[in-house]
Amino acid sequence: MTEVAVTEQIAVDTATGTPLLTVANLRVSFGETEVVKGISFTARLGRCLAIVGESGSGKSVTARTLVGLTGPGSQVHADKIDLAGADLTRQSERSWRAIRGRQIGFILQDALVSLDQLRRVGDEVAEPLKLHGWGTRASRSRKAVELLSSVGVPEPEVKARQRPYELSGGLRQRALIASAIALDPKLIVADEPTTALDVTIQAQVLDLLAESKAGGTSIILISHDLSVVARLADEVIVMRAGEVVEHGTAHQVLHQPRHEYTRALLDAIPSEHTRGTRLVPAAAAPGGTTPPYPPAKPDVSEKVVPRTRKAIDRDRPVLQARNITQVFRGPDKVDRAVVDDVSFELFAGETLGIVGESGSGKTTSARIVLALLRPTSGDVLLHGQQWSALSLAQRQPLRKQIGVIYQDPLSYFDPRWPVGRILTDALSTGKRPPSSSAEARARAIRLLEQVGLGEQHLASAPLRLSGGQRQRVSIARALAPEPEVIVCDEPVSALDVSIQAQVLDLLTGLQDELGVGYLFISHDLGVIHHMSDRILVMKDGRVVESGTADEVFERPQDPYTQRLLTALPRLAQAS
Amino acid sequence: MSSISFPRAGALARLGSLRIPVRPGTAVPLLIVLLVTVAAIAPGVLTHRSPTAIDIEHTLLPPSLSHPFGTDDAGRDLYTRVVYGARESLGIGLGATGLAMSIALLLGFIAGLAGGLVDVVINRILEVAFAFPVLLLALLLIAIYGPSLTTEIVAVGIGSAPGYARMVRGQVLNVRKAAYVEAAAALGHRRHAVVRRHLFPNAMRPLVAMITLGVGQSIVWASGLAFLGLGVAPPSPEWGALLDYGREYITTSWWLEIMPGLVIVLVALSVTALGRTLQHRLEGAAR
Amino acid sequence: MSQVAEATVPVASRRPAARPSARTARLILVKIVSAILVLVAAASVTFFAQLLVPGSRAVAILNQQTGRAQLWTPAQLAPVNHEFGFDKPLIVQYLDYVGGLFRGNLGTSYTQYRPVTQVIGAELLPSLELTAASLVAAWVLAIAAILLTAKRGRFFSALGSTWEALTASLPTYWVGVVLLVVFAVEIRIFPVIGGTSAWGTVLPVLTLAIPLAGFLGQVTRDEFEKVLDQPFITTARTRGMGDTAVRLKHALRHSVLPAITLSGWAMGALISGAVIAENVYGRPGIGQVLVNAVNTRDVPTVSGIVLVVAGVYVIANLLVDIAYALVDPRLRAS
Repeated sequence: MTEVAVTEQIAVDTATGTPLLTVANLRVSFGETEVVKGISFTARLGRCLAIVGESGSGKSVTARTLVGLTGPGSQVHADKIDLAGADLTRQSERSWRAIRGRQIGFILQDALVSLDQLRRVGDEVAEPLKLHGWGTRASRSRKAVELLSSVGVPEPEVKARQRPYELSGGLRQRALIASAIALDPKLIVADEPTTALDVTIQAQVLDLLAESKAGGTSIILISHDLSVVARLADEVIVMRAGEVVEHGTAHQVLHQPRHEYTRALLDAIPSEHTRGTRLVPAAAAPGGTTPPYPPAKPDVSEKVVPRTRKAIDRDRPVLQARNITQVFRGPDKVDRAVVDDVSFELFAGETLGIVGESGSGKTTSARIVLALLRPTSGDVLLHGQQWSALSLAQRQPLRKQIGVIYQDPLSYFDPRWPVGRILTDALSTGKRPPSSSAEARARAIRLLEQVGLGEQHLASAPLRLSGGQRQRVSIARALAPEPEVIVCDEPVSALDVSIQAQVLDLLTGLQDELGVGYLFISHDLGVIHHMSDRILVMKDGRVVESGTADEVFERPQDPYTQRLLTALPRLAQAS
Repeated sequence: MSSISFPRAGALARLGSLRIPVRPGTAVPLLIVLLVTVAAIAPGVLTHRSPTAIDIEHTLLPPSLSHPFGTDDAGRDLYTRVVYGARESLGIGLGATGLAMSIALLLGFIAGLAGGLVDVVINRILEVAFAFPVLLLALLLIAIYGPSLTTEIVAVGIGSAPGYARMVRGQVLNVRKAAYVEAAAALGHRRHAVVRRHLFPNAMRPLVAMITLGVGQSIVWASGLAFLGLGVAPPSPEWGALLDYGREYITTSWWLEIMPGLVIVLVALSVTALGRTLQHRLEGAAR
Repeated sequence: MSQVAEATVPVASRRPAARPSARTARLILVKIVSAILVLVAAASVTFFAQLLVPGSRAVAILNQQTGRAQLWTPAQLAPVNHEFGFDKPLIVQYLDYVGGLFRGNLGTSYTQYRPVTQVIGAELLPSLELTAASLVAAWVLAIAAILLTAKRGRFFSALGSTWEALTASLPTYWVGVVLLVVFAVEIRIFPVIGGTSAWGTVLPVLTLAIPLAGFLGQVTRDEFEKVLDQPFITTARTRGMGDTAVRLKHALRHSVLPAITLSGWAMGALISGAVIAENVYGRPGIGQVLVNAVNTRDVPTVSGIVLVVAGVYVIANLLVDIAYALVDPRLRAS
């Protein structure tokens, strides 16, 4: 591919570190279905083993089996699961209780739902101590505060008396980690510990885990995010549909993958290297529920499929936001500017990316642009005409010019309507409403084909479609009225990498074909860099940086942007 | 304008998939409800005797093959009386539920849709209404107007309305802030179109379960009133009246009290269970 | 949507709930005032209900007294009107009525010519005892059923929820009669007429508690099963916590919230049930007074009892609201 980004010290190829956990040929099934089809690995002290895969790969099930929490109705078979001499295949529920928390620590994702919100943080952190009969109530309290401090929580005595929802996302996750390491287990299993976290916080959490590793703990990291894995892992296993498709050192797997699936997975990651090209090789058929792998033979020229863009007319902005500000009054009666003096322009055929962490105001800005929210001050122009200041009735007939797709399309579909009705309903609001039901049906079919689905999906209920298919329907609905601009609010954040790649390719393909403009909102810098022509960086409601994609990413002026870019876990792509 | 072929196909598909499987969980309630309906419409089908036929030689007989529910102190066959009482009892149940639902839908929808001051006012009214349990409100109305069929229906209807009104309002509010309502607005549909095509149909979805629950509950409440001697006057074979009548025989001829009560309980349970099943089917097919 | 939520609680100003006692105290005061207003509104309803008596109230009283309905002359009606205060302007009557409530005056009985409070008198206490005992019993039964049967395999779960569905719909009189016949008449464990003795109260309490337990159980079970699937439960298990402890220490607290809310409403429902239960078991209480009053069309007494019940309901809800805020501290923040 292209340049090499700076990564950490590359791990040595030969196995070092004392083996702690040895798993040989682990198989897990639920009833008739086998979800893990024979995985073997060794976790070593002071090393991190990462298990990578998309949804349905079996990685989470594997993780839970290591602590005996596979779940009801499961059958677990293994030739060997050995934890420093203890045979984990022969544990009773009671003996598992002695192992969990003490020998093996487990970290789940999203501390907001992984910690008991009704209990104090200190109690949650001290719980493993109490369960394993450690110390007295007073000494446990003290230890909990110590633990919080060791994971970098400021004012730990104060925080220990608070409840999880009172802490910020990053501090919560640290508290979760504190409770997992309370008894200093030699093995830590982390299941997607950084998902749902902002990029900067993500980096801090990964640093914490790295510290643990440096202290001699063995870490098993489960993740779908290859760049996160790159930062921490020494050894990587790639799983797909229950099977191991690749297993080697981090350097091998990430830089010299042997299996096509791994290669395709790496190629599908959007970043600055993939700008202007398709993520999925053209030979792969779009649509369907399973990723279309294995793809065509790895041939460099075929893989890099460039886009064919229409010219962007920079004289006629389609959308103009002029100094929009949105002030909300919080429950404590204090006014806060969720969006603070934001201005931008969007031209037909181009993609303006808005990137920011949670609370940056990007979604609120999108709602203002869509005129679902009236700004406290400032306005939005559509084709040079007043848009946000119009009355409801005046705005209705103009709505067809702006479309929208959301992160979770399912809740935006009427649960009683099949796909066909969703589309014909959208067509009826557009520029050329169908004059007969036959025409409506024909155009709905054409829309479905445009997004890579087919006539057979007309009668489908959205609930029965996969995440990727739903998003395609959502895109079809947005296209139906033939808008000039589509607001995309985190459209791929909930999708697996391979599906994400397909959807992004679909969006860029449609832009090339129809000349539609995108206001593309995301927290994922790689996706933004891949998709955008120009970029806005938002923080706390303000635009801190704006410019072309290259300008922002290669020569960031604002310190926040610089921090974001440094925190971004990078995947080195050397050919 | 918008296609008509899809909604029709969709609706038919939904109805088709309503095939209620014949499992004991659904078969038994269905059977009971059917029996009660037949009893209400054509009692002669289920029994050949007359509810008023007095037989002095066969008084106070316990249940047997010839008298499945036994006989009362005038020799009347209890089973027959129960069958003939179905019409009146069901009538009360349907009447009271009809009244309650009308009030509930009206108040719930207005409060949910209008929002603001209207919602606050209606909510306060409901709050006060909740302070009056159904039975006690009914007793108050009976104390004022005297016991009669109309009073019973009106009392149970008005008394149970606030509970359903709250449910309707809750559902309307939920749908109102649903994402698909916003999506419809974003597409450019006018407000009344959004209400008609999305809000109303989705808010009405739990209706089936509510109505059947209501019928079951109304029958129970009305019979409770009759148990206290404040229901319809004898010699009506209305189930509640039978309860009132059987009270003095509890310790001696238990069947006079237990059998009508059993029928009431079974009918109430069956109607409710059937409603829940229908509700699940409707939601399952749409989802 | 998360934008707004996160923006309104920025990291910088997050500090331990500042002076929670002051804010909570204000909250409680608002709730108390609210409760009083609801009572006043309820009283207004009963007042105007009394005006609804067909014909004039004096006519109804005389009809009842003499046992026959006839055309009464104004001269005959006047003393009745004067005695009960019906000749005063309506607004004065209303204010007297509502004001009287705060002084413990519920009006005068039409048939017994003495204050309603006297008529109700000591009969209220046994009913309240029955109601309170039934609420406690219902909670115990419901929680036991859930802890034993929720999410313990298909058989037990189905057993538990079917039991609850059945009992929740059972009418009070039926449960009462069945229990009476089975346990007092046939198997003579309990007395048929128990009065207010402890042993004699067991059946009435069960009569009220079983259906309510079914209802509370249904609601709590739903929550409980949802809660057991939550990630924080898994976290507790990964720390080495056993299943029973997880259910008791983590899941229970999260699932009882809806049932606590319903307990306020349940008090009102229980009292109506108590009326019937007292009737079935011949137990002293307001049930007897109430039925008599209805039979003799003694509207003030019935109104009075209804208002007392409303009062109990309002107070119960107030206590529930406060308890709720204590169980779920997230609510204290708002």
